[in-house]
Amino acid sequence: MRGKAWKFGNNIDTDLIIPARYLNTHDPVELARHCMEDADPNWIKKTGKGDFIVGGDNFGCGSSREHAPIAIKAAGVSAVIARSFARIFYRNAINIGLPILESAKAAEEIKEGDQIEVELASGTIRDLTTGKSYQAQPFPEFMQKIIDAGGLIGYLKAKTA
Amino acid sequence: MGKTIAEKILSDHSRIDAHAGDIVIADLDFMIGQDGTSGVAIDSFRKMSAKKVFDPKKIAIIIDHSSPSPNEGVSAIHKKIREFSKEQGILLYDIGCGVCHQLTPEQGHVVPGDLVIGADSHTCTYGAINVFSTGIGSTDLAAGMISGKLWFKVPETIKAVFVGKLPKGVYSKDLILNFIGKIGADGATYMALEIEGSTIDDLSVDARFTISNMAIECGAKAGLMKADKKVMEWVKGHSKRAPKPVEADKDAQYKKMVEIDVAKLEPQIAKPHTVDNVCSVSEVAGTPIQQGFIGTCTNGRLEDFQIAAKILKGEKVDPNCRLIIAPSSKDILLAMIKDGTYQTLLDAGAVAVTPGCGPCVGTHNGVPSDGENVISTANRNFKGRMGNPNAFIYLGSPATVAASVIEGKIADPRKYL
Repeated sequence: MRGKAWKFGNNIDTDLIIPARYLNTHDPVELARHCMEDADPNWIKKTGKGDFIVGGDNFGCGSSREHAPIAIKAAGVSAVIARSFARIFYRNAINIGLPILESAKAAEEIKEGDQIEVELASGTIRDLTTGKSYQAQPFPEFMQKIIDAGGLIGYLKAKTA
Repeated sequence: MGKTIAEKILSDHSRIDAHAGDIVIADLDFMIGQDGTSGVAIDSFRKMSAKKVFDPKKIAIIIDHSSPSPNEGVSAIHKKIREFSKEQGILLYDIGCGVCHQLTPEQGHVVPGDLVIGADSHTCTYGAINVFSTGIGSTDLAAGMISGKLWFKVPETIKAVFVGKLPKGVYSKDLILNFIGKIGADGATYMALEIEGSTIDDLSVDARFTISNMAIECGAKAGLMKADKKVMEWVKGHSKRAPKPVEADKDAQYKKMVEIDVAKLEPQIAKPHTVDNVCSVSEVAGTPIQQGFIGTCTNGRLEDFQIAAKILKGEKVDPNCRLIIAPSSKDILLAMIKDGTYQTLLDAGAVAVTPGCGPCVGTHNGVPSDGENVISTANRNFKGRMGNPNAFIYLGSPATVAASVIEGKIADPRKYL
């Protein structure tokens, strides 16, 4: 996967990702329309399909709303890279099949607008603009299986099939 | 090797000798969803081709976040929840019953030693009665409803010991705000908290819920307390189920131990727009306030309103300011009517809304205008939280909110006590 980096700061909470006032629908397309609205109202117009969100510490803190990773995925984001993720967001992202990568160095050094390439299987993040490479934290084996199945629904279906 | 409360409860429910870092699949004693998250959970349940929940008596959905419905989109979600609850025979707490995190313990669904999940981040509230309860997302709730199980990574634990007597006008809300300010919004991410000490022993169970409720605001997975005599009596008064209290071993391994003396603590305020942006009330006293709010799963219990009523008795809300109150449950509302608290607050100029989440999450019941400042007893002050990204939310205790609405500006409650 390849795309442009959009930088956000520390503690990007779920109210910034998708405010509760828009939770009157579960339609991913409708949710995506308001994704990151309170952090940057114009972001959804600027971002392109396959782009990356690069956050700082504690990305996705706050509410348990699964609408947050759903909105990001539906906005066309190929993966979120951050220094660290809040626990519930981390779990929700894996469950719904939004790729997330934890790398302190990548989160610090990647600049807004850089061209990024990610190889999910190996967890390699490449900044094509600067030529630098980063290795994301590997997932525990159990979680990797859920990710490989595209989320918890796919994982459970494959298990019971 | 000795075990923490989290390690013991997760070992017990997975029948594995589990320690921090292990991944276990554990049996769930109870699970909840609310109207913001259950619609997606029901969709996931269907997508998993499930027909029946594992045990309808162990599942409750509470309509509290947008209740009664403010628009047709939410109405459609509520309808979906009502139909699913009826079809599956699960417990439904419809509009006006109250907030999920008040109802779940108050109606006796959880007891010490339980393992509980909830599709709401503040599910950690029941840690105050020795329950390992944690917030999860909708798809995890669906998996739990189908199988009665969920996978957990056994967390490391931070032990926080509070000592000293809380000064007059300083409450459990001030204690937890101060703690979050010190440890930071991600200070306990992926970890459990064990909260104890003489200060905690002195608190009522209701006041302890306020502390465990906010464990998530420093990223914690659970905010666990001991089941002391007060807890056991409280549980006995609310539940017919048998408690299985769990204590940590003396030689349990902790990630970190902190001791905090609260004897000199002042009333605390979390400033916009993060919960860890905490200061003493004196630092922000005088800041003009246009709206006050007392309620939520953090501070919407009877004693919270009694404290506010004590300050507001014979006083009036400043004409440049509004005060909204939302009792956390119908039982609390009835108790407030019975003991006169409700009358006192209404006489002072408070506006009461339906028992439930009220304006906390910004879907209805009092969205602030651009540039307005709100002082609230809720647990979050994120930008846009109350429905307007151009408003500013300050968090404090019920006493601090009551004092502030009298003056129309942030005020120290101690002069009213």
